[in-house]
Amino acid sequence: MSLDPHPNLTSSVIFGLGWLYLIQFVMNFAWTWRSLKKGTHHRVPKFFGGGEVPVAMWWGMYTALLSMVMIAHFTGFSSPERFLIQLPGWFKFFVDSFIADAKWYFGFCVGAFGLMIWFRRVLATETAGWLMLNGGVLFLTLSLTDWDFRQIVGKPDNVPIVAMLFIVGYFTWLYFNRSNENDDRIEAGLPPKEAEDNEKVLVWPDLVYTELICMIAVTAFLFFWGVALQAPLEEPASAVKTPNPSKAPWYFLGLQEMLVYYDPWLAGVVFPSVILGGMMAIPYIDFNKRGNGYYTFNERKFAVSVFMFGFLPLWVGMIVLGTFLRGPNWNIFGIYEYWDVHKLEALNNVNLSEYFWLYGLNTAMPTPASTDSGMRILGMILLRESPGILLTLGYLIAMPSIMAMTFLKQYAFRMGFIRFMVFSNLILMMAALPIKMLLRWAFNLKYLVAVPEYFFNI
Amino acid sequence: MGSLMSVGDYIRESQIWKSVFRHPAPYDRRNRVVVMLTNFFLHLHPVSIKQNGIALSYTWCMGGITFFLFLAETITGVLLMFYYRPTLEWAFNDILALRDVTTLGVMREIHRWGAHAMVITVWLHMYRVFLTGSYKPPREFNWVVGVILLKLTLLLSFTGYLLPWDQLAIWAITVGSNMARATPFLGHEGPGFQFLNVGGYDLITNASDARFLLLGSKFVGEETLNRFYILHCVAIPLAAAGLIAIHFWRVRKDGGISQPL
Ligand code: HEM
Repeated sequence: MSLDPHPNLTSSVIFGLGWLYLIQFVMNFAWTWRSLKKGTHHRVPKFFGGGEVPVAMWWGMYTALLSMVMIAHFTGFSSPERFLIQLPGWFKFFVDSFIADAKWYFGFCVGAFGLMIWFRRVLATETAGWLMLNGGVLFLTLSLTDWDFRQIVGKPDNVPIVAMLFIVGYFTWLYFNRSNENDDRIEAGLPPKEAEDNEKVLVWPDLVYTELICMIAVTAFLFFWGVALQAPLEEPASAVKTPNPSKAPWYFLGLQEMLVYYDPWLAGVVFPSVILGGMMAIPYIDFNKRGNGYYTFNERKFAVSVFMFGFLPLWVGMIVLGTFLRGPNWNIFGIYEYWDVHKLEALNNVNLSEYFWLYGLNTAMPTPASTDSGMRILGMILLRESPGILLTLGYLIAMPSIMAMTFLKQYAFRMGFIRFMVFSNLILMMAALPIKMLLRWAFNLKYLVAVPEYFFNI
Repeated sequence: MGSLMSVGDYIRESQIWKSVFRHPAPYDRRNRVVVMLTNFFLHLHPVSIKQNGIALSYTWCMGGITFFLFLAETITGVLLMFYYRPTLEWAFNDILALRDVTTLGVMREIHRWGAHAMVITVWLHMYRVFLTGSYKPPREFNWVVGVILLKLTLLLSFTGYLLPWDQLAIWAITVGSNMARATPFLGHEGPGFQFLNVGGYDLITNASDARFLLLGSKFVGEETLNRFYILHCVAIPLAAAGLIAIHFWRVRKDGGISQPL
């Protein structure tokens, strides 16, 4: 057999994964103990004989399984060529064939978001939370047996992003867990939980000590992280050696991803400004007085859904796409796929004006002659791009009125003119990204308005 | 044991101790109140607070952790400044030395990971403030201050990214700052810059546009390093510190941590 240049498993990887299994083992051991203490039971389906078994039994079995896998890692690491516990090829192939495609990836993010809102009752229970946490850690651990996955996830600057996914997931879960409880209480005519047990306590010692403990914990965590993981330092800067791909810092990769769909003046300047301005405007457009000072979903469904949609699929989701899936030449790669510089993706996108004149009307595009005066050139350009210009203006000017007269009637009425205009334009701007994505995927649309002469492309 | 106690008492009774702490140790209720009022570092806080306002499951402690990370970044950052010279000749080598030679070079790791962590905690803080509806009246303005702080946090991280002067650094900043040349009217590849001209001369060129202002040069070079160094170590931290002070002041003036009305 020839030497495998990218061995999926080496001794140190196997040994390292043993630690991850150890963590899962400890975590689930504690959970088993907890459910044993709680003594909850669970009904077995008739088919399996009916009756009741303690929930702790299932967790105990899973914990035992984890301990065996862990031992296998700690003892079997010396012979990686015979080590069996790794991801099956068909699974990698299956995941990659979906994830390495922007429309599937984004569709998945949006779909998961919708399901999360829809099934928030079930998903925010403790058991579901624990299952999801286990699933996430197990997926990560198993995926780490793959060489390509390790290359990208193991980059020192990418480690915090993996951590962030778990943390954001946890807090989203916590939010739904608490708001479900409050929503039940509110429905039963009770005040939210935050209103109870809300006596005044002295800041010293109650708060001061919490802060001290927090500070010590964060310091310890930073030292541990600093010692365990070396900060990256690549080759000295060179203005002539452009890396492929060239990426912005990870927290801006959502913006860089927008460059695929919009030109820099929009993706890099206008949209970021609108995002910041829009966020500042939130307190002045949300007229809903309820849900101030406690967790609730039902009392502010619209506000929370819109904000979460912006934060989860659009911001965090796009960062994940930009960090983990975008490779050489800004092509999309699967998480288990080799970053091949020669991967080709056919790109022949067409402008709306071309669709309109060339394919729709079957005539030539209006083109100014080189002898034309400035005004005439401008006129020709405007004529050429008129379909896109009309569509864009219609989107930004007519849509708010249509919204105000139809499904957002109540909002328009309560907000007043200026507030509603700001609000509806912000929503439309936010929707502009998914809309352009859809147009790209469905029609290979490049620009709605293409005026490269003036760097004005939409 | 007894003698130890009396040593403690001796210290606490000494003139020096009493000159620093202007009250007896906070063992009883009265002195627990007094300590909050007389200690500079504690006077940020009120004397007493609703239980809900300090529940971790309510605030997630994310604003506090962000602030602590800001302090930790300041301390490690000042230590790094003793070693690091922002010039083409030295920047990369100084970072290399921090890694390979310098005692406590781990400060660089802590500074970098702390920066990543701060970006994440500031997002989570904002997430929690949104989800508890805490931006609603009377806290609208503090939310606005917060959004500016969020932007400053990202800019701090962005300007710091350049300083190691390795491939990762200059290309990330190149990609990021290339956007500026597409600024409408003010970037030399932005829509409408052609309209800003006087007698046929463009006012906006690659040596006078928004990107040039940011980089101090037509590409990421030594001037950029200097500009980013000053932004990173002086200008943005000062602005952020000032805004954080206002932010905290407003948390108190707006009636403390939000709670059900
Ligand atoms: C450097 C960044 C920031 C620091 C150090 C900071 C710090 C804090 C702290 C310590 C609190 C007290 C309550 C808590 O810990 O949750 C707080 C409250 C608050 N923060 Fe921030 N914050 C920052 C950024 C932001 C951002 C980005 C936003 C929103 C966009 C924001 C909006 C608020 C609001 C509205 C409150 C009042 C919350 C309430 O009363 O429940 N802050 N901040």
